Amino acid sequence: MPSAPSKLYSDDVSLLVVTLDTNPFFWSTFSFPFSEFLSHVLAFLNSILLLSQLNQVVVIATGCNSCTYLYDSSSDKNHGSTTGSMPSLYSDLLHNLEVFLAGDQQLAKPRVNAAGGGAPPPSLLSGSLSMALCYIQRAFRSGPIHPQPRILCLQGSADGPEQYVAIMNSIFSAQHSTVPIDSCYIGSNNSAFLQQASYITGGIYYRPPHLDGLFQYFSTVFATDLHSRAFLRLPKSVGVDFRASCFCHKQTIDMGYVCSVCLSIFCEHHDKCSTCGSVFGQAQSNVPSSTDRKRKA
Amino acid sequence: MNNTVKRPLNGGVEDDDEDEADGADLEAWERTYAEDRSWESLQEDESGLLRPIDTTAIHHAQYRRRLRALASTAATARIQKGLIRYLYIVVDLSKAASETDLKPSRMAVIGRQVEAFIREFFDQNPLSHIGLVTIKDGIAHCLTELGGSPESHIKALMGKLECSGDASLQNALELVLGYLNQIPSYGHREVLILYSALSTCDPGDLMETIQKCKKSKIRCSVIGLAAEMFICKHLSQETGGTYSVALDESHLKELVLEHAPPPPAIAEYATANLIKMGFPQRAAESAVAICTCHEEARTGGGYTCPRCKVRVCELPTECRICGLTLISSPHLARSYHHLFPIVPFDEVSQTSQNGSSHNFSSDCFGCQQSLLSQGNKPGLSVTCPKCKQQFCLDCDIYIHESLHNCPGCESFRHSNSVTTAQ
Ligand SMILES: [Zn+2]
Ligand SMILES: [Zn+2]
Ligand SMILES: [Zn+2]
Ligand SMILES: [Zn+2]
Ligand SMILES: [Zn+2]
Repeated sequence: MPSAPSKLYSDDVSLLVVTLDTNPFFWSTFSFPFSEFLSHVLAFLNSILLLSQLNQVVVIATGCNSCTYLYDSSSDKNHGSTTGSMPSLYSDLLHNLEVFLAGDQQLAKPRVNAAGGGAPPPSLLSGSLSMALCYIQRAFRSGPIHPQPRILCLQGSADGPEQYVAIMNSIFSAQHSTVPIDSCYIGSNNSAFLQQASYITGGIYYRPPHLDGLFQYFSTVFATDLHSRAFLRLPKSVGVDFRASCFCHKQTIDMGYVCSVCLSIFCEHHDKCSTCGSVFGQAQSNVPSSTDRKRKA
Repeated sequence: MNNTVKRPLNGGVEDDDEDEADGADLEAWERTYAEDRSWESLQEDESGLLRPIDTTAIHHAQYRRRLRALASTAATARIQKGLIRYLYIVVDLSKAASETDLKPSRMAVIGRQVEAFIREFFDQNPLSHIGLVTIKDGIAHCLTELGGSPESHIKALMGKLECSGDASLQNALELVLGYLNQIPSYGHREVLILYSALSTCDPGDLMETIQKCKKSKIRCSVIGLAAEMFICKHLSQETGGTYSVALDESHLKELVLEHAPPPPAIAEYATANLIKMGFPQRAAESAVAICTCHEEARTGGGYTCPRCKVRVCELPTECRICGLTLISSPHLARSYHHLFPIVPFDEVSQTSQNGSSHNFSSDCFGCQQSLLSQGNKPGLSVTCPKCKQQFCLDCDIYIHESLHNCPGCESFRHSNSVTTAQ
């Protein structure tokens, strides 16, 4: 039976899919420059590749108008060469990133004119997560022996409540195929989406307190393969924000009304469900329950 | 507690091992080989090695047929799925359940299938409740009350798997009737009976009880393990349930799992309601607080009621202080892919590719796999009618069966803004 060798192999070899937040609206207002952040990330990715020659790294850009694959260490299309001053990881990734950022900006132009400012748009995390999961399925398909996949979300911009359903779908699919989603969130408030993603899939959610030491956090918390994690004392969860988004205004709420037919969430009372069209009976503020009745008695 | 302990370390590999271990439990002569005909799915490759037959194209065709069938049924009975179900599972533990026509015994097989069913049920019906009732010695006994935690039901059932005496359909129905008459009006009342016996030993008129069930709008379904019985058929027909008799274990599994997806809600059976609910935050792993359910100080875990800030240990539950229904929001979100299904992708026909080859991308948008078959000719692929991105067949299946997101649509904002503007 091939199970024993495959286990040895799969425990230690990682397929790390990184989603990199490139949202220009976030980085232009953030105290820590993107270029410095990127240099920490690149050093970290390089160290992953150096840990084992079988390790594989894939980088996906999470833009604010589009998402794309930036780098795949297993791809034979990497045109850069290590002979220059930079290893191929750096040159290819940076080249693709430049092209992507320019394209992302292009897509933004008509939108900004139409919308006329307002709140900065969130990054398309749902898109890059979906792409990462598709990529990981391909690794699963490649045969009984495949590296252990995990996703690392490097995110700074705030959650986009309109992506709620799509992100939850991605989380459940990741959970179903036991792919942990690690999240390193550097924004000012915690990200409810990423907290839930890491909690549900068994990954690590961490918000580094000092961005200057980012590489240290990366290499001690997020570099460990899944097998080794069982032996380490990794940062404990500081709680999970389970707030949901309402379907009517795309607001994040901690209390709301749920349609008993389709489970849509609304922030205020409606007479009719806008998702499934059910007309609600009498306005009921609570489920009548045995404990309720007991208390009144 | 550290949640890393629970995580399976290497996905599919472990599952396979368990399956193998399952088979190894049985003696060689007890295993069934006639069914799977595994030798037929092998072929020899160039080097003489045995390989499974390449069936991707066939599988994909089957999958597309299934998808189309699903889409057409969804269009007619869209969304109207009664998702808050109150289901009693009645397990017949009369002496007929000790028969060994299913290996090792009917009882053990039922236990296994009910366990699988309970897990699947809560996956598909996050807000629903299950209760367990057993029939033994002519008496019905309530094993667990209606509740939302799969583990407690499974534990209770596994501890009580022994059989004796006669079965009594009437006693079981009367007991369940009493419990189900108390539930809120928006809930769907259901009973699923796993019946091993070929007789029922009742204290009164069973027909009367069946009429009572019908009046209380309780949908009763029966899965028989022996042979068809008139009374079971009558019960299910009268109450709008289903009746079937299992041929073997795999058939039984199929029949039981058929009850996991929500039945089409019949408008008169339950009224739609807006229920006020809270989505509590999970506290830090190191936090210490007094919970209201055990009334003692506990470290870690725990959820905080958003209205009165009191601590509870488990979800779903009802806040003991303010009465708010507390639920974990991911529980709700698990069913949202039913509400917003993604459209089936269009097959990219070979001829249109040749005509407009500039439109054809060489890699799958999702997984970056090359879409070119041997000889650099475009292979089979599909395209999303909304975002026009191309996907490989494997991604097509994964996207529709598990992910429920189109990576292309999700990663382009302009498509969103266009739809909202219109
Ligand atoms: Zn709202
Ligand atoms: Zn609804
Ligand atoms: Zn409360
Ligand atoms: Zn693909
Ligand atoms: Zn699409």
